[in-house]
Amino acid sequence: MTEPVVDTSPKNWDEVKTTTCYMCACRCGIRVQLKDGRVTYIDGNPEHPVNKGVICGKGAAGIMQHYSPARLSKPLLRVGQRGSGEFKEIEWDEALGLASSWLSEVRAKDPKKLAFFTGRDQSQGLTGWWATQFGTPNYAAHGGFCSVNMAAAGLYTFGGSFWEFGEPDWKHTKYFMLFGVAEDHGSNPIKKALGQLKARGAKIVSINPIRTGYSAIADEWIGIRPGTDGLFVGALIHELLTAQKIDGEYLLRYTNSPWLIIENEGGADDGLFVRNAQNSALVWDNHSNTAMPALSSDAAPKLMGRFKMPDGRRVVTAFTLIAERFIDSEWSAEKVSERCGVPVETIRRIAAELARTAFEEEIALDVPWTDHLGRYHEKMVGRPVSMHAMRGISAHANGFQTCRTIHLLQILLGTIDVPGGFRYKPPFPKPPPPGVKPAGKPGQVKPNTPLPGPPLGFVTSPEDLLVDAEGIPQRLDKAYSWDAPLAAHGMMHMVITNAAKKDPYGIDVLFMYMANMSWNSAMNVPDTIRYLTQKEPDGSYTIPKIIYSDAYASEMVHYADLILPDTTYLERWDCISLLDRPISEADGPADSIRQPVVEPDRDVRPFQTVLLDLGTRIGLTGMTRTDGSPRYPGGYPDYIVNHERAPGIGPLAGFRGPNGRAQGRGTPNPEQLQHYIDNGCHWFYELPDHMKYYRHVNWAYLDWATFFGFIGKPEPVIHQLYCEPLQKFRLSARGHGKVVAPAEHRSRIASYFDPIPFWYPPFEGEMVSDAEFPMHAVTQRPMAMYHSWGSQNAWLRQIMSRNWLYMAREMAAKLKVADGDWVTVTSHHGKIKAQAKLMDGVNPETVWTWNAIGKRSGTWGLKPGSDESKQGFLLNHLISELLPEREGGYRYSNSDPITGQAAWYDLRVRVEKASDQSDVSEPQFATLKPLERVE
Amino acid sequence: MTSLPPPSAKKLGLVIDLDTCVGCQACVTSCKEWNTQGYSAPLTDTNPYASDPSGVWLNRVHGYEVKEQGQDQSRIVHFPRSCLHCEEPACVTVCPTGASYKRAEDGIVLVNPETCIGCKLCSWACPYGAREYDQSQGVMKKCTLCVDRIYNENFEPEDRQPACVKACPTGARHFGDLGDSTSKVSQLVAERGGYDLLPEMGYKPVNKYLPPRARRDATNSPAEALPRPDGSAFDRLFQWADRVLSPRRADGRTSDLDHSGKLEG
Amino acid sequence: MHPAYSVILFTTATGAGYGLLVLLALVGISHGEATTIAFGLTSMVIALGLISIGLLASTFHLGHPERAWRALSQWRSSWLSREGVLAIVTYVPAVLFGVVWSGLIHAPDLIKPLAVITVVLAMLTVMSTGKIYSTLKTIRAWHNPWTVWVYLTFALATGVTILAAITSVFGNFPAFLVYFSSAWMAVALIVKVLYWRSVDAAPRDLTMGDATGLGRLGKVGQWELPHSVPNYVQKEMGYAVARKHAAKLRKLVIAALVLAILLMLSALVVPHAALLSMALVLFASVVQRWLFFAEAQHVVTLFYGAEAA
Repeated sequence: MTEPVVDTSPKNWDEVKTTTCYMCACRCGIRVQLKDGRVTYIDGNPEHPVNKGVICGKGAAGIMQHYSPARLSKPLLRVGQRGSGEFKEIEWDEALGLASSWLSEVRAKDPKKLAFFTGRDQSQGLTGWWATQFGTPNYAAHGGFCSVNMAAAGLYTFGGSFWEFGEPDWKHTKYFMLFGVAEDHGSNPIKKALGQLKARGAKIVSINPIRTGYSAIADEWIGIRPGTDGLFVGALIHELLTAQKIDGEYLLRYTNSPWLIIENEGGADDGLFVRNAQNSALVWDNHSNTAMPALSSDAAPKLMGRFKMPDGRRVVTAFTLIAERFIDSEWSAEKVSERCGVPVETIRRIAAELARTAFEEEIALDVPWTDHLGRYHEKMVGRPVSMHAMRGISAHANGFQTCRTIHLLQILLGTIDVPGGFRYKPPFPKPPPPGVKPAGKPGQVKPNTPLPGPPLGFVTSPEDLLVDAEGIPQRLDKAYSWDAPLAAHGMMHMVITNAAKKDPYGIDVLFMYMANMSWNSAMNVPDTIRYLTQKEPDGSYTIPKIIYSDAYASEMVHYADLILPDTTYLERWDCISLLDRPISEADGPADSIRQPVVEPDRDVRPFQTVLLDLGTRIGLTGMTRTDGSPRYPGGYPDYIVNHERAPGIGPLAGFRGPNGRAQGRGTPNPEQLQHYIDNGCHWFYELPDHMKYYRHVNWAYLDWATFFGFIGKPEPVIHQLYCEPLQKFRLSARGHGKVVAPAEHRSRIASYFDPIPFWYPPFEGEMVSDAEFPMHAVTQRPMAMYHSWGSQNAWLRQIMSRNWLYMAREMAAKLKVADGDWVTVTSHHGKIKAQAKLMDGVNPETVWTWNAIGKRSGTWGLKPGSDESKQGFLLNHLISELLPEREGGYRYSNSDPITGQAAWYDLRVRVEKASDQSDVSEPQFATLKPLERVE
Repeated sequence: MTSLPPPSAKKLGLVIDLDTCVGCQACVTSCKEWNTQGYSAPLTDTNPYASDPSGVWLNRVHGYEVKEQGQDQSRIVHFPRSCLHCEEPACVTVCPTGASYKRAEDGIVLVNPETCIGCKLCSWACPYGAREYDQSQGVMKKCTLCVDRIYNENFEPEDRQPACVKACPTGARHFGDLGDSTSKVSQLVAERGGYDLLPEMGYKPVNKYLPPRARRDATNSPAEALPRPDGSAFDRLFQWADRVLSPRRADGRTSDLDHSGKLEG
Repeated sequence: MHPAYSVILFTTATGAGYGLLVLLALVGISHGEATTIAFGLTSMVIALGLISIGLLASTFHLGHPERAWRALSQWRSSWLSREGVLAIVTYVPAVLFGVVWSGLIHAPDLIKPLAVITVVLAMLTVMSTGKIYSTLKTIRAWHNPWTVWVYLTFALATGVTILAAITSVFGNFPAFLVYFSSAWMAVALIVKVLYWRSVDAAPRDLTMGDATGLGRLGKVGQWELPHSVPNYVQKEMGYAVARKHAAKLRKLVIAALVLAILLMLSALVVPHAALLSMALVLFASVVQRWLFFAEAQHVVTLFYGAEAA
């Protein structure tokens, strides 16, 4: 017999279109195969700068997301009670008419009574601008419970950030430390790079309570106790300072280490930089023995020392204060070891390895460059130590200061934007912090009037806060108030609670996009559901109107009044803009688009087009021509091409100007989208070699970045190891300054607004008893799931249709818990029942699970009672959005006191074997009535 | 057909690097999406949106904990598992119909879905769990090494590789001719000590696994302990800052050496 | 291994049928033509009926029964194919033998040669069935020298007991058959016990570390399964009866066989006891075959959490 003939060259597609993935925040380039109008296969686009052809487990399952049975198919209007699942289908005209009438009413009365919050929104360039135009300060995306500690710590320190805003120099780094990183933003680039590091033999150290995923392949795993990374890093700094293994020259030239700080205890200027008449910070010149302007090529600054100014003021260099702090034996390995759960020898050895790699394995690229003071350098010299940190640092109440401690370590080693170090991705670096201030001060929110600026920005002193004369927050979420002064991403996690409590005020309309706030995106789910359904004595809802847009039947849909069904990611235009969360590479800026590769087969509309339409209907000036007609009649793609934020600067940087020849800045080009499509839906501008490093002080780069509109002026980005804005808050807590902290906030502000990084225990752990809640509980994102989205996906949910509570074998033995036992997990706030799985690679004091696997029965197109709702569970039920009462009964949010970042990794629990061993998780919520789907 | 063809010179297969696999499932879903529309179409699912969802997959990733000698902590090893395209596959020789066969040309083991009777015996004969029965189709499914991709003339040459290999973000999967000792994959196997799964079964797998590399940790750190000065560390730091870091007056131009400033300590 | 009822029915029914066929052929060789046409036809119909029902049952678990004929093609390498071919080929001498032996066509000279061919082919068919299992290196409990003997002895023990039961009904019940069937039941029992001893004594020396090759690093344990719900491989190859239950069921097989022997011996006094004996031996045959599957551990389970195989 002969072999069967196999067709080895089948062509199972009619055409292949490129677009951008949306299965997570990584935003890889994809190629979509289509056959008879159906999507048949998706793979990575080899030309794309982000993923260079690879794809992840989620991305390759995109087909099943696109054809998910949970897709919404028509606008819905609630007809029963919230949560009843009683909706009627309405036409878009009616839906948009209704929405615009609600919105117009609010805007005419008091625009701040609209709270507009978006979740995994990749169009914040548009949504933020829309909120500005509407005139409400109550806008943010989900950054407040995601990344703000990292964004703020980085931007206030060195004008860049971890997350996907920078990356290690994968090509050159020899020692890579990752703190609290699970599958997350930048997931494919990190995976690709880890493979490269492994092949090159670079050492990978993972600091993480859990040894899965990236930590599993790390050379060394440091199973740290959650929330103590700052101590560990501080001890490394202590070791390096003690051994004088720091890059003194980098510190002198590129950081504020030599800047002079006033020492005037009790004075209004204590701890501020001494400045000259031109407002320039000063350094102490070694030769003249006088203070000279910091950014002067003539000065030979002293790194350490205390000096006396001619006017008698006592000054000290910033570095002296930093050294005094960290050289203290409080930071010795012996002191921190037990608290971190990291052996003394390990801390010492890691410090020695860092020093060795940084100072004995130096890299020098033969690339001449010129710095900000015009000094010519023949080579680009680098110290090949790099770091990356994510949510394990971020989601703690000490995350901002911890992240600053990591940046301090990076900078002491001289590893920011040098070969082998951590690199900025354009448009970063930006001034530390960027110059935009949040709008929404008293008097800035007026009926039918846009805000004078964007609702989100960077405060640098108490005068920038959005509070009234009594210190009352002006934003619903209390961002930029004394509760969370540097809340640069807002505090979405507080919106529903505060609206229901009318603290600081009630609202009229809650408008949300893609945010599952009645389930896995809420801390304290049961109360959040209660707040969403809470009624006034007259029978009306406390949150009167809720408009919600989503593509899928998430838990949140059931609690909204008006549903605007969005398209899937394969049915829409989008831009991944440099004005938003860019996809740039360290080697240069990049942006990209989504194009509709298929037409919707349902009566749905892309949210961004709907938002522009609503803007026109309610007469927002940016979206309406003087004759009342839409400024962007073509919807979102029209906006993408024609909107200009500043002259020549629009959502997309590529293919601007006549014939699409201009890059970065240029007139709108009507053919721009076609150029993108022709280029595989992306644009990447590779910087010349002399602009690839030292960009914070690289003259040529700074000039170029100014032209591209990334920075306002070609000024150097001097790393702010000493963070003066924090000191200004401290002074206000001491009663100084134009805006003084209210008495009840003073001790908190004074404690945490330390201009030099430090560590303090996470609040929840401090406020509950160790004996009662001895363990930490955290979640990780599984590599094959993105938030709640994966469970509707027939393929991804087979990988994980339920979750388990993982715990260390040794701890389980102590607690008499066997593999497979059901256990109760109790926090100060709540109790859940989950099934335990034992493992070795987890910090013994920590239990963990995969996040967002638990679903509410009746949602996401799943048959009621599916595994996700029966055996799956969420830790969210255990997490309170408020801290226990203190200081006169006031309950602060369970957040970082500086940025307002939700502190959901601070959770403390106790674990016991459950008396009820039935195969069902608890709590079980009532099944929601599944939405009927119109095909 | 069930009788094996003479050994082929060309032995196409995969080399899987257990040192770099992070268990992301990219190869798993990429395999599913290609094959559910390709040679093995469809790979059906049972209860896709209800309790107990399961389905046919040709590639799955396991997670193991390995406790090494001299280490306090186990390490997790992610372990992708699919057909190994054995040189002497029992799954082929037990097949009563000839539906299972090993290609003479390149050694790929395939099931002919037109002639498979669905007796499942081949899946019993495979020690690697590589064959999965498709209940609704009534035939056995298995990895085809993407035979409909690797030779596909409609693809650019760089896309002519199995879907799992193309997808793998960490580069833990390699595809090539293991019959050619000069091929990249063969060299990789030689360099890294690639091994066979269950060689004692005697089926001579073509696919190879690269073992996790030795970790670079406390046991083999090249760094010497940092010096621990006597007396006040702060004073010493101060002296160091003064001594080493009192810069010469900058003349506007410095050399790279000047910049890197070797440190004492 | 998952004990599929169709496969259990197939192997036990065809085993009994071929066993009976062998016995009938031996009767033909030793006694010539059947005593009566009725007896001859009845016993032949039962034998071929059991075989046919069993073969039919074997197609029940096929995904494509309509393609079953293809299974005859690979006799050069596949024992399953050989079994199919032999089963079909055996029909020819068996039917001819039945026709001449039962006296439908009077050709006494043909009885012996046809009987010999039938015996050889029937035994080969049963052996092939056993070989399907015993050649699978992946299942230690099957890849055992006793496996084929278990298939053969149970075929003969059930066959001879059925013959005894038939003769007891037809009233020509020779004492020899009582002893002969009792002896075969005893042999089957002994072989089965020896099989169990051999299987229990065989070292389970493959570990998860061997299967994954990670044993070279250290001790290997399972952390996470690829999917949260069991898949085909786990359901088909991962079926395991609890050891406690297996021990009980083994005792049940032994007790049933001992009782069947006693009942058979009592048939010397009460011939119809042979019917009960037959029921018991068939019951024992089914249970031991169920255990044959349920107790067998597939090496692939090592990838799915089994510590040793």
